[in-house]
Amino acid sequence: MSITLPASEMPLNKSARTSGRVMTNPPPAKAPRSGPMADRIFGLLAKGSAFFTLAMLFAILVSLTVSAWPAISKYGLSFLVNTTWDPVKEEFGGLVMIYGTLMTSIIALVIAVPVSFGIALFLTELAPAWLKRPLGTAIELLAAIPSIVYGMWGLLVFGPLLATYVQQPLQNIFTGVPYLGAFFSGPPVGIGILSAGIILAIMIIPFIAAVMRDVFEVTPTLLKESAYGLGATTWEVVSTVVLPYTKSGVIGGIMLGLGRAIGETMAVTFVIGNFNQLDSLSLFQAANSITSALANEFAEAGEGLHQASLMYLGLVLFFITFVVLTLSKILLAQLKKNEGART
Amino acid sequence: MKSSFKVALISMVGIASLSYVSIAGAQEITGAGATFPAPLYSKWAADYNKATGVKINYQSVGSGAGIKQIDSKTVDFGASDMPQTDEVLAKKGQMQFPTAIGGVVPVINVKGINPGQLKLNGQVLGDIYLGKIAKWNDPALKALNPTLALPDTAIAQVRRADGSGTTFIFTNYLSKVNAEWKTKVGEGTAVNWPAGAGGKGNEGVAAFVARLPNSIGYVEYSYVKQNKMNYAVMANSTGNFVSPNDVAFKAAAAGAEWNKSFYQILTNQPGKDAWPISGATFILMHKLQDKPANATETLKFFAWAYKNGDKVADDLDYVPMPKSVIASIEKAWGEIKDASGKTVAFK
Repeated sequence: MSITLPASEMPLNKSARTSGRVMTNPPPAKAPRSGPMADRIFGLLAKGSAFFTLAMLFAILVSLTVSAWPAISKYGLSFLVNTTWDPVKEEFGGLVMIYGTLMTSIIALVIAVPVSFGIALFLTELAPAWLKRPLGTAIELLAAIPSIVYGMWGLLVFGPLLATYVQQPLQNIFTGVPYLGAFFSGPPVGIGILSAGIILAIMIIPFIAAVMRDVFEVTPTLLKESAYGLGATTWEVVSTVVLPYTKSGVIGGIMLGLGRAIGETMAVTFVIGNFNQLDSLSLFQAANSITSALANEFAEAGEGLHQASLMYLGLVLFFITFVVLTLSKILLAQLKKNEGART
Repeated sequence: MKSSFKVALISMVGIASLSYVSIAGAQEITGAGATFPAPLYSKWAADYNKATGVKINYQSVGSGAGIKQIDSKTVDFGASDMPQTDEVLAKKGQMQFPTAIGGVVPVINVKGINPGQLKLNGQVLGDIYLGKIAKWNDPALKALNPTLALPDTAIAQVRRADGSGTTFIFTNYLSKVNAEWKTKVGEGTAVNWPAGAGGKGNEGVAAFVARLPNSIGYVEYSYVKQNKMNYAVMANSTGNFVSPNDVAFKAAAAGAEWNKSFYQILTNQPGKDAWPISGATFILMHKLQDKPANATETLKFFAWAYKNGDKVADDLDYVPMPKSVIASIEKAWGEIKDASGKTVAFK
């Protein structure tokens, strides 16, 4: 580059002189870094990639709707509140799976968010420097374990432990207690909504914790040091400086975890029990989730209403994810609006 | 630079044409379907490849997917654990034939009860899966097992979560022997289970039963044998209690009228020694073949397997078809014809 520059200047200067114009200090002409053609191609490629994603999304939505149409036209929205799933009599309703998906994801979030917050807080504010890196790497490694491993572990190791040391004591405490007792009834076998929720929590903790740690770390030291200098405790610094500064990143991390929890298939299928009845609200009751039903039944589902109903379930899952994303955006906008008022 | 690129290009073309020649030279047959006979078909295919050089590519994708693939003619043969009725086959222009027999066996995990000690019949088994018999010391179970010390604990029912031919055989049997099951639940590869938890695949059910105390499940016989699971003996249609084994499955197959139709479900068959929850697994082919050469190779493969594959089947805990049935299968192959109406040869 440096060799070609003066050479390219030379003819330009010459031509300026020969044209007879008076120019004491001609501006050095920049060598074109790339042709306008390359720029345009790059721009088109970038735009194309973005629109390709959009087109894919749209195509998925359309093909889901088309394949689900027999079920949509037969059941309409009553599909969402009907609990019967009977492939023999060809009667389908998705409430059991929708309930299972939402309930397990909520349990997972309730457990995972505080734990991840604690992990991120410890790693950024409390941990000694020599511990930060190995601990951080260990947590990121957890995210790389295949979900089927979590599923097998949940079924063979965690389930029995949960049954004997959590479910049975809880049942002993809550038997006979009105309303609350219903949440802990049923056979304590370690398979069901609660175990699926806990396994999901373990699976999404690394994701949420890693994102939270990364955004906590970008909080300007100046802000934190100032707060510490004013005599704030660690908790006060985190709650009044770090969290407000990083809230969009934190919520993004939580949504990433929630997205994973809603879409997780293999691990859930092993521990949820795959039971298509909604007999009780018990957390110990075997249930089913949308993804688990799809994974289990799709290969053997006959043409017609069974397959269409499974597609309908897929569409519902699509919609749930969409609603969750929208809600998180609304939440963020709401937080931004209140920003000035609080301080 | 350029010349090495040229060399690479030429060699690539060379390799591509070579592999094309090798495909064209040695036939390759594809099939897809049931997972239950997949180990058997894979072993047969490997042995057949060694003997003849013909490659059989079997994808175990599930019976339902196998039926879909043969309907759309993306494979040379489909495989299903659930036989198709003659009317359905006639409509689709297909034919089916059985390749092996297996049995579905109730397995239990109850402390103090050894393999083969617990006696069950269809009525009681159905009531257990309906949730009507909820405890192991239920009077109905006690009446069948007066000498066993049955515990006062809840029964945890385990069944397949995924759609499966095993479930079809099991629910077909329960529908035949338990009237309430027939009206309330019915039969199919997936049904609306009134109780219990579901495991994915035979191995999922086996794992559930192994780790859930006081549970009952149902799996393919080979899982019982290979994992030394605790099984129950069943009363068959004659009221005789039989253990699950090759002899009992063969006895169930012997009673069926194979020469009338291959649509035979081997549950609750007559015969003193017949295991009541038996079933065959089937191959599906189109009667009118677009690619008669592939059909010939497919039929040759199965003819070879019927003749030479019994030992492999025994080793893998499948029961080979009786000789008399094979004769009627080979006769039925006469229906498979090419576009000009000529019967596809297999000998």
